[in-house]
Amino acid sequence: MESTNACARASAGIPNLIMIEMLRALGAWVILFVNRLGRAGVFLWVIVVSAAARLRRFGLVVQQLFAVGVLTLLIILVAGLFVGMVLGLQGYYTLVDFGAESSLGLAVALMLTRELGPVLSALLFAGRAGSALTAEIGLMKATEQLAAMEMMAVDPISHVVAPRFVAGVIALPLLAAMFTAIGVLGGYIVGVGQLGVDSGVYWSAMQEGVDFYDDILNGVIKSVVFGIVVTWIAVFEGYDAEPTSRGVSRATTRTVVTASLAVLGLDFLLTALMFGEV
Amino acid sequence: MELTPDCEALADAYSHRTSARIRGPYYATDRVSRHLKPPVTVDSAADNIVDISDVHFAFGARSIYTGLDIAIPRGAVTAIMGPSGCGKSTLLNFIGGRLVPDRGTVTFDGTSVPGLARDALFDLRRHMGMMFQASALLTDLSVFDNVAFPLRENTDLPEPLIRNLVLLKLELVGLRGARDLRPAELSGGMARRVALARAIAMDPAIVMYDEPFTGLDPISKGIIVKLIRELNEALNTTSIVVTHDVTEGCSIADYAYLLGGGCVVGHGTPAQLMSSEQTEIHQFMAGLPDGPVPFHYPARTYERDLLDD
Repeated sequence: MESTNACARASAGIPNLIMIEMLRALGAWVILFVNRLGRAGVFLWVIVVSAAARLRRFGLVVQQLFAVGVLTLLIILVAGLFVGMVLGLQGYYTLVDFGAESSLGLAVALMLTRELGPVLSALLFAGRAGSALTAEIGLMKATEQLAAMEMMAVDPISHVVAPRFVAGVIALPLLAAMFTAIGVLGGYIVGVGQLGVDSGVYWSAMQEGVDFYDDILNGVIKSVVFGIVVTWIAVFEGYDAEPTSRGVSRATTRTVVTASLAVLGLDFLLTALMFGEV
Repeated sequence: MELTPDCEALADAYSHRTSARIRGPYYATDRVSRHLKPPVTVDSAADNIVDISDVHFAFGARSIYTGLDIAIPRGAVTAIMGPSGCGKSTLLNFIGGRLVPDRGTVTFDGTSVPGLARDALFDLRRHMGMMFQASALLTDLSVFDNVAFPLRENTDLPEPLIRNLVLLKLELVGLRGARDLRPAELSGGMARRVALARAIAMDPAIVMYDEPFTGLDPISKGIIVKLIRELNEALNTTSIVVTHDVTEGCSIADYAYLLGGGCVVGHGTPAQLMSSEQTEIHQFMAGLPDGPVPFHYPARTYERDLLDD
């Protein structure tokens, strides 16, 4: 009888142990997350201070603008064209049911300037340039290049990280603008060229309906915020990477995942702030 | 013979040493240069450029040093030897201020390194050169630009003078002809030589070599041995060579330290270490597989492992 009670007590204790273990794991994750967030925050502050000094020697920023901006341009243009063409198709078939296909230009432009331009550019930027930034800085760490700079009395944050950060913040809004422009053109090719929407109506509806401050400027603000966040995550993950091939690989993956989720989460917040109450 | 303008500028740079033109408020008064006495030969053993005293250090739970005492004589080539993982490279990180000991003192020419603020530490590092085990060349720069890097970043020297200085350093290591190559185009030995040229670019008071012979073929090894010894004399500098290669280490060192178990196991001239009867020293110098450093990683008995399911 006694042993039965002991067994019952033991089996009742197992869920408690599992619960405690889960709470412990959750606590450890939260502590780790807050710790990394704190370090990333300090890192951003140091970058901003270093970037101000680095702007006096703009050559390195120009080099990085080529690496993160120009080299990302092709994927942005191709993606923007296809997204615009899809918007043209979907928009037309939705609007034509209501006899409102004349608003196709406006619908395509609003979707691109407000949402798809900044968001998709940021996602593509995180995948193309963000991952490259993380891998490059992580490998520089793994091959002791950053340590060598420190020993040569050269601050790696000022020389390596800050120019890449500044370049990323400058490049993404420009890429988003390109994405939007080529997307509008894609919508035009499908809507006007294939589906027979009047060319003048396509442009005039856009011209009348798109507001510079509410639509374009808010889109630019979004892309600047995304530029800061994506580049910040990319350079931090690279600088904080474990200096091994596995560590660099994991950091690169984290950059793409974290930056993409951050972009989507921030997009919701910014949209709620800019375009109305939640 | 008359000097050309470039040669005059070069001679001028050398007569003042490049440190006189180093940027930064610290060098407005040239504090370190005042502290740095001209290097002397190893005869004056009491004149130490680096003093490490009673250093304790641990990486997490793993203890590295438990009371390390080392003095690096000015003007000499000092070898720091010991088995892999005994903390030889960590020692260089203390001198360069990249790591701070848990306890004890590390001084470079009378200046306590661990207590220095960032700017003062960077000023001090301008008087140190370091050659990394993996060469650590900047992969997006050519050989020339790698060697020019510390000069461009730390001095206000005009570009023609930097060019002359870089060519001089590359000539010293025999790679003037390779100045336009990229690090990816270099062999392991050539990469080390470029790293060596970069380490001496600023005419440092001390050059630290982290495992300079590892992974090199015999010819490249011989070249590095020759260069370390000759450059120490030619540049009137001090060299610290961290290595586990007994033959090469002993062939160039004026003095050697043997580390093990978190402290100095023995020290003396290479000849003294080679002839030592002390078991810890003898095992390392003779390359014996078993001894005070055991062959087996600590474990329970083999019998118990076999009997357990």
